[in-house]
Amino acid sequence: MQELMYPFDAEFIIKKRKSLRRTLLADGSKRLKKKIAVFGGSTTNDIVVYLDLFLLNQGIEAVFYQSEYAQYWQDAMFPSEELLSFQPDIVFIHTTNRNISHYPTVKDDKATVQSLLDSEYARFEQMWTKIAETYHCPIIQNNFEMPFYRLMGNKDCSDYRGRMHFLTALNEKFYEYADKTEGFYINDINYVSASYGLKAWSDPSYWNMYKYAMCVEAIPFFSFNLSCIIKSVFGKNKKALALDLDNTLWGGVVGDDGVEGIRIGQETGESQSYYEFQSYIKSLKDLGIILTVCSKNDHQNAIAGLNHPEGALKPDDFIIIKANWENKDRNILETAAELNILPDSIVFVDDNPAERAIVSAQIPGIAVPEMDSVENYIMTLDGNGFFEVTTFNEDDLKRNEMYKANAQRAAQQATFADYHEYLQSLDMTAVIDDFLPVYLQRITQLSNKSNQFNVTTKRYTPTEMETVFESSEISSVTMGWCRLLSAKKMRKMPLCCTWNCG
Amino acid sequence: MDTKTLYARLNKVFQDVFDDDSITVNPKTTADDIDDWDSLEHITLINAVEREFKMKFKMGEISSMKNVGEMAQIIAARAKA
Repeated sequence: MQELMYPFDAEFIIKKRKSLRRTLLADGSKRLKKKIAVFGGSTTNDIVVYLDLFLLNQGIEAVFYQSEYAQYWQDAMFPSEELLSFQPDIVFIHTTNRNISHYPTVKDDKATVQSLLDSEYARFEQMWTKIAETYHCPIIQNNFEMPFYRLMGNKDCSDYRGRMHFLTALNEKFYEYADKTEGFYINDINYVSASYGLKAWSDPSYWNMYKYAMCVEAIPFFSFNLSCIIKSVFGKNKKALALDLDNTLWGGVVGDDGVEGIRIGQETGESQSYYEFQSYIKSLKDLGIILTVCSKNDHQNAIAGLNHPEGALKPDDFIIIKANWENKDRNILETAAELNILPDSIVFVDDNPAERAIVSAQIPGIAVPEMDSVENYIMTLDGNGFFEVTTFNEDDLKRNEMYKANAQRAAQQATFADYHEYLQSLDMTAVIDDFLPVYLQRITQLSNKSNQFNVTTKRYTPTEMETVFESSEISSVTMGWCRLLSAKKMRKMPLCCTWNCG
Repeated sequence: MDTKTLYARLNKVFQDVFDDDSITVNPKTTADDIDDWDSLEHITLINAVEREFKMKFKMGEISSMKNVGEMAQIIAARAKA
């Protein structure tokens, strides 16, 4: 739904929240059902209202448990029967700088402040451990936004007695924990509040009147950011970009202006903006996002434009280049079929509103962000959280290589007399192995990304998969794993088959 | 802004927030007259009214307004658009 795409109109969403929800629920799309427990250190009602909306839009229909006002710690440590039987799929801890129990004062010495920091942190870690043991599910924890006043002025950030300094140190400790803990994610409200504007965000009247830790109009931004982590954990990230060329990856029309006439590089502000956008796209490729071209151009002009010496992207960066005069929705459907991914896992990037309107009408579920002007391109794509990273490993780094090898194989296939001969030429070997810890991450990823060998269609979070690994009932959930090795271009391609006999 | 226009716009805000086109507010309308109007929805309502009329209620006013009439008086005195 376009109204819920970034950059959205928070005012409109707040006013229309009920009718938006009604429309989403009536659209007939199939959604994952998830249970989300929200442990709040402040009022959470509106946070849940908008989280629900954004998740519905991202393919997840959630039911919520909310702790009583500010009872997050008690709820986590001493769960009620109601909470235990709720069996959350994910726990979100909504704490903010309003929940710090003891801030340092200017009279404290260094040792005192250190012990305040340690005890504040210990309270959190104790809670996370307890939640992980009780529910074996992913945990999302807010970091801390910066305080709305600075007692010591600029020194507040560098002096150990300053609140800015204290919260920054506490955040660091949270990150260390996140870095070493699978299934534990930070909801970065320090960034979201800064991006929104800290002054407006922390308007104290909302805390004093309603016990909201942020102003009401900031809540949709907060909830959207949170929804990105949740949909990513449950395998709802987008996978590929279908990019237009003229006035999207460079300024001008290569077919009319010629390669030397298009604007890309370091010459002008405009060409620098396009260069910066190309560099951003190239970094997305390194994250494992598949790049494809979908452009109305003669193929040779498209290639010439992509070979512009000042450009950051080269033809080689793209797995598929569709530069022709077909309808774009048709090209995208073909791209999806060739990549063997669902059309709704594609993001279509085009400066032309008419093309965007057609594609979004023809392909249900495809994401079509509003690309209005080149200086906003990066922020629009980035702000939408299409590719929110919750796990990142070597396979992601190599994904583009793998897809490229697949595409080349498809081309090669055409030169063999029959399929059998082709298969033989690949010289494949299969290794069938037990569940080994080293495969845990990949198997979890596969269970979330593909139904092909996952006949139960059950999705597993890393924590759940670990439980399956360690489970004594492993015989009822049999998992096979095999690896195809090829002497030719194909590198390692792990496959995962899961079936549940129980 | 005349009273009639003010009430027409206010009425539209109520209809949007409570997702009910049958709502018609008058000066005597209170939270008791609208099913969903509880303290949580009140926050949403206040925000939507403030944005519609480009004005802000003072903290004390938000909890002391007794009916839509009192709300409309504050709006009339302070609305910028």
